[in-house]
Amino acid sequence: MSNPEQTPPLLYAPREPVFPRRVKGFFRSLKWWIMLFTLGVYYLTPWIRWDRGPNLPDQAVLVDLANRRFFFFWIEIWPHEFYFVAGLLIMAGLGLFLFTSALGRVWCGYACPQTVWTDLFILVERWIEGDRNARVRLYKAAWDGRKIRLRLTKWLVWILIALATGGAWVFYFADAPTLLRDVVTGQAAFVAYGSIAFLTASTFLLGGIAREQVCIYMCPWPRIQAAMMDEDTLTIGYREWRGEPRGKHRKADNADQLGDCIDCMACVNVCPMGIDIRDGQQMECITCGLCIDACDDVMSRIGKPRGLIDYMALTDEAPERAGKPTKPIWKHIIRIRTLVYTALWSLVGVLLLVALFMRSDIDLNVSPIRNPVYVTLSDGSIRNTYDIRIRNKQGQAHPFRISVASDADLAVSLQGTESTEITVGADATGSHKVYITAPKGSVAATSGLTNIRIWAEDTENGHRTYRDTVFNGKGQ
Amino acid sequence: MSNPDDNLNPNDPNTTGHEWDGIKEFDNPLPRWWLWTFYATIIWGVAYLFLFPSIPLINGATPGFLGYSSRADVAADMQKYVDANAAVDQRIAAVDLDQIVGDEALLNYAMNGGAAVFKTRCAQCHGAGAGGFKGYPNLVDDDWLWGGTIEDIYTTISHGIREASDDDTRYSEMPKFGEILEPAEISELVQYVLALSGQNHDADAAAKGKVLFADNCAACHGEDGTGDRDQGAPNLTDAIWLYGGDAATLKESITNARFGVMPAWAGRLSESQIRQVATYVHQQGGGE
Repeated sequence: MSNPEQTPPLLYAPREPVFPRRVKGFFRSLKWWIMLFTLGVYYLTPWIRWDRGPNLPDQAVLVDLANRRFFFFWIEIWPHEFYFVAGLLIMAGLGLFLFTSALGRVWCGYACPQTVWTDLFILVERWIEGDRNARVRLYKAAWDGRKIRLRLTKWLVWILIALATGGAWVFYFADAPTLLRDVVTGQAAFVAYGSIAFLTASTFLLGGIAREQVCIYMCPWPRIQAAMMDEDTLTIGYREWRGEPRGKHRKADNADQLGDCIDCMACVNVCPMGIDIRDGQQMECITCGLCIDACDDVMSRIGKPRGLIDYMALTDEAPERAGKPTKPIWKHIIRIRTLVYTALWSLVGVLLLVALFMRSDIDLNVSPIRNPVYVTLSDGSIRNTYDIRIRNKQGQAHPFRISVASDADLAVSLQGTESTEITVGADATGSHKVYITAPKGSVAATSGLTNIRIWAEDTENGHRTYRDTVFNGKGQ
Repeated sequence: MSNPDDNLNPNDPNTTGHEWDGIKEFDNPLPRWWLWTFYATIIWGVAYLFLFPSIPLINGATPGFLGYSSRADVAADMQKYVDANAAVDQRIAAVDLDQIVGDEALLNYAMNGGAAVFKTRCAQCHGAGAGGFKGYPNLVDDDWLWGGTIEDIYTTISHGIREASDDDTRYSEMPKFGEILEPAEISELVQYVLALSGQNHDADAAAKGKVLFADNCAACHGEDGTGDRDQGAPNLTDAIWLYGGDAATLKESITNARFGVMPAWAGRLSESQIRQVATYVHQQGGGE
């Protein structure tokens, strides 16, 4: 039973505001470059042009939902080739396993959109409201004119960034210059405005307001990643055996008994998650490395070696405490487990590449009509009907000749035309009804099933493809 | 039950005091934004309750202040497509029947619309694949009782066959020869019809049957037995039989006479729908 004398616990907890301080160092610079690169890719990709001829869009990366096509530079994916996308997703998953088993939550700390946009929003916040101390003062200040002005300015810049983010998203789904003009002149489809509005709101809320709450409460990855990490995984830790006992009084009597940590709180003040890394590994830590930069800066100023907070693995702890040499970094990264992940990742990649290069620019589907299975004609001959679909993945209309290859004596004819050629438009699918007839009394007409092969040949360039199917006779 | 304070780690929050097989539950407070979201969903739910149909009653549900109905939504949606298709429906009803097949847009529309009509109205007798059954003609072969041009098919669908309510219906009736001829004579006729269609037969009996055929059958089925489409008289020389071409079935057909009935669809389907389904049937491989 619960203790009746205890004060009842709060039913809800207000968010503890976090005011990350500015920091300089290797990891901060790395994060700036990654931010520049990822945001650059995101915002600029829809504007790259790629000439595909007169019948196809000239946007290098385009998800054309209306026509069910995905364009990626020289690659064009049709809906039936969705396994390429599935394969890329599998590679992304395996890649995440690989990086997590080697370097912990490196995705969370450096590349996750939540991290990148939050970083950008904090940068804007710092430009407008000042660094940590100024922001804490502003937070505690009454709502006077200055506070309102600073807050409104910050929110306005955030909304502009969020708008650009939502805006860039929709450009992946339509011709970017046309859509931009339509959006500005109010002529774009509702779904475009709806998507922009939703993504603007979510970017503003998640990157500006919710921030670390997204990682702690909404994202499943922090809870899954523990299964991906092991004692050899490099992650961020505090060398408590070197730092403790911590103490500020360098000139105090007991200074020689204190550890290297001067309890300056630099690692806590720069943390975007608002945690103290010295408490050990915790779910909230996204391993962004900023506490390493902050601590290294302090260590160099007080003349101590860097690395009080550092990337390290659990297996390093025991030898370090004993003063023995630790494993070199590459042995943490190159292990059987990471090699297996790399091999799997490469295998899927090679399979996808092989599949990509073995793709044909024409594709044939044949569906035998089963109702009725066969038709007896006036002269006693037996006719089967097939629905065929030819996918012409070329940029121009092409004529295709339909023929049948079989040991039996079979004739091919097409619905509605005397010839055996049909034209399929540029980058389109053509459907046609094909009749195959066996003369009265022939083997194919009187036996059960006869194996046949239907060919479609591009009469302009000789490319051809086939499908195997069966001819149904009367004897079944 | 455990004491909420007996935590293993002094930094851990209190437990709720609940314990199941040694597993205790931390009493972590909810984040406040979560609580706000929870209240927002309650407000949303109450608003929904009043604005939309929600509480089931005996003869329906409370209508809601917005007056929304999913049924009206469907009706409006369907009307949208009827309106959108009005122009092409009018064109299909207006052009010559031959022109539908020649116009890619009209043909595409007619084939899809015709398939929908066929599967709703025609498939019960003629089969979903139009392959027919005994007594119900196969529409995908190249043999037609009343003609296989698109005009013929259109007329058959519009006015039906032996449909008493339609003055322009196609009409013919074969006499019951069991009341006219002797059983032996009918057997001889059967042998002659077998001979006409190139099947095994008794040559002597067929020779006698040939005379009987000229007297009794040739008026409708033609002297050579190839039938007459003006009267819906089947061609007896080909490999296609509506009821069956073996001796026993032929004897039954001659003795008792057989014919089918098809409803007239003019008035039940729109002009555009009749033309669509005529086009659809014409394009199934048998059209002339």
